Amino acid sequence: MSSNGSQPLLEARNVVQEFVVRGRGGVKGGVVQAVSDVSLKVMPGETLGIVGETGSGKSTLARSLLQAPKPKSGQVLLRGTDLTGLKGRDLLDARRSMQMVFQDPFGSLDPKWRVEDLVEEPLIAYGVGSRTERRRKVREVLDLVGLDPSVYGRRRPRQLSGGQAQRVAIARALALDPALIICDEAVSSLDVLIQAQVLNLFERLRAELGLSYLFIAHDLALVKQVSDRVAVMYLGKLAELGPAEALYREPLHPYTVALLRSVPSPDPEAPKAAAEEAISGDPPSPIDPPSGCRFRTRCPHAQERCAVEVPELRELGTQHAVACHFPVVQRSANGR
Amino acid sequence: MTDHTASVETEPQAGDRAPGAPLLELRDVRVAFRHGGRRLVAVDGLSYTVAPGRTLALIGESGSGKTVSSRAVLGLLPPTATVSGSIRFEGEELVGLSERQMRRHRGASIAMVFQDPTRSLNPTMRIGAQITEAIRVHQKLDGKAAKARAIELLKLVRLPAAEQRFVEYPHQLSGGMRQRVVIAIALAASPKLLIADEATTALDVTTQAQIMELLRDLQRKLGMAMVMISHDLGLAASFADEVVVMYAGRAVEQAPTRTLFANVRMPYTKALLEAIPRIERPPHQPLPVVPGRPPDLAALPAGCPFAPRCPSARDLCRESAPPFGEGEPGHRWACWYPCGSDGAAPA
Repeated sequence: MSSNGSQPLLEARNVVQEFVVRGRGGVKGGVVQAVSDVSLKVMPGETLGIVGETGSGKSTLARSLLQAPKPKSGQVLLRGTDLTGLKGRDLLDARRSMQMVFQDPFGSLDPKWRVEDLVEEPLIAYGVGSRTERRRKVREVLDLVGLDPSVYGRRRPRQLSGGQAQRVAIARALALDPALIICDEAVSSLDVLIQAQVLNLFERLRAELGLSYLFIAHDLALVKQVSDRVAVMYLGKLAELGPAEALYREPLHPYTVALLRSVPSPDPEAPKAAAEEAISGDPPSPIDPPSGCRFRTRCPHAQERCAVEVPELRELGTQHAVACHFPVVQRSANGR
Repeated sequence: MTDHTASVETEPQAGDRAPGAPLLELRDVRVAFRHGGRRLVAVDGLSYTVAPGRTLALIGESGSGKTVSSRAVLGLLPPTATVSGSIRFEGEELVGLSERQMRRHRGASIAMVFQDPTRSLNPTMRIGAQITEAIRVHQKLDGKAAKARAIELLKLVRLPAAEQRFVEYPHQLSGGMRQRVVIAIALAASPKLLIADEATTALDVTTQAQIMELLRDLQRKLGMAMVMISHDLGLAASFADEVVVMYAGRAVEQAPTRTLFANVRMPYTKALLEAIPRIERPPHQPLPVVPGRPPDLAALPAGCPFAPRCPSARDLCRESAPPFGEGEPGHRWACWYPCGSDGAAPA
């Protein structure tokens, strides 16, 4: 498993997250297997992208990493410290270097607060510095995200555009000098031009501050734009994990292939995926996932073995791993 | 399940109107709102036509006027809005129609599908009841016939296990299935025009591909025209016959899809295209971006509304607004210094 010598910033080992759902009348209806045995690493300065459809468990995985709530089993190591064993103040302190940015900036900013107070809040919560020092930090991070503190500091969220509000949310995340930022669909609700500005901002911050990102989104092109490596999730499990370039050029999992074929190209001359190649149906329920490979019910290549045996994530190329008994042969990939 | 089936499957009828006449024709449409004592022009002089069975895409950012202009077609604007200009559907003027007259068209010959299927459906009503309700608003059918027609529509939109879904509630369906139900409701009266407002934006890519494929297939089968509203140029490139790019309430570029993408003239369209992350591009390459954001509609700058953000803007652009003229056959743009000409950056 451990390939290169340096210590991962964040490591998830066999993380499992489940939720009990109640049926009619409060009886136990079933267990949602939201995240099933997921292991991954984020190296210092690296961006790991996670793609998957609604219900694939990508957001639940992010929250499990943050211990909000704690995973049912498995370990989450932040710089070697297992967060799952920590509680209270110890957990808060350990988690400080891991911050999150969500999809809807207005939902994560109190509408009654001013921008400078919103950005200062995490500093107060962690008891960082004197008031003067905190104010200096607030100005610094607002500058960093491209908002002039003298113009925007006194504004309230409703006086901001969506892009500006997301910058404030990013400034809040940066205030505590995190090493890792988890972005959950952080640019998905922004208009294309604003989205490009914020994506470039993420990239600039990465270069300037040496940040790592866990970048979660359903948009494959978006994830590739910022990622060094990409993980593809399906029904709570990793289907494929590999270097961004290789994974998009030579996808190994039939699900990754199907996802890539579904992306509309902004070029009308681009060949369109034939209808029979498009993936059909909806993902099955995570309460009662299919036996064996969870993708087999929608997979064009499924065979008997897929129903019986759970495919393990195994490395097929350099750092490129796939959980499939019959990985896609390279010739059919959409390269060249 | 008998006579109306036939009407669904037949090709579009031009009726007694001249062949080749547009189904929908907007001419110089202007929509203004009163907003806190200010007048806000949300759509300014929009003109386009949609021929029977064709697809037009309206592309733009939030606040560009794409949704407002389409709501004007259906008479779905709040009373604070004033609409001027001409909106003709099958030759009949829609601007100025009373609510009662408008209802003859809305949901019947013109239907609309919105972004969020959850909000378009009543969470406390069974799927079947919602579809049969829509059917019986437009057709005099008894319960049994309406149900048969509803199941037929659910099958038409390829909802798996249609009979079973008929008695289920919206929350029991996935997002993709809910959008299929919404489309089935929209198709209830066999509309000639479907307005799809970001109809697949809230859906996953695989589901989006399925729904777009479904819409295209239905269009072919039913001969229905479509106005597709989207922020996604990729979607427009794949599915539209013609594209109108809007900015700050105005059309800034318009052409048949292939022409437009082969020869982008308006720097705004170019900026939109370049800012989209592309799967073919290697990671970590900075996206070409234009600074700033769309102007406040209540305080539009003099001249071209895009000039403050435009990389190729010159003095003339800030002084007077460029006309939206046909620079090449079938290709219109509103720009004094279009891309690919006159020393400006080539497209």
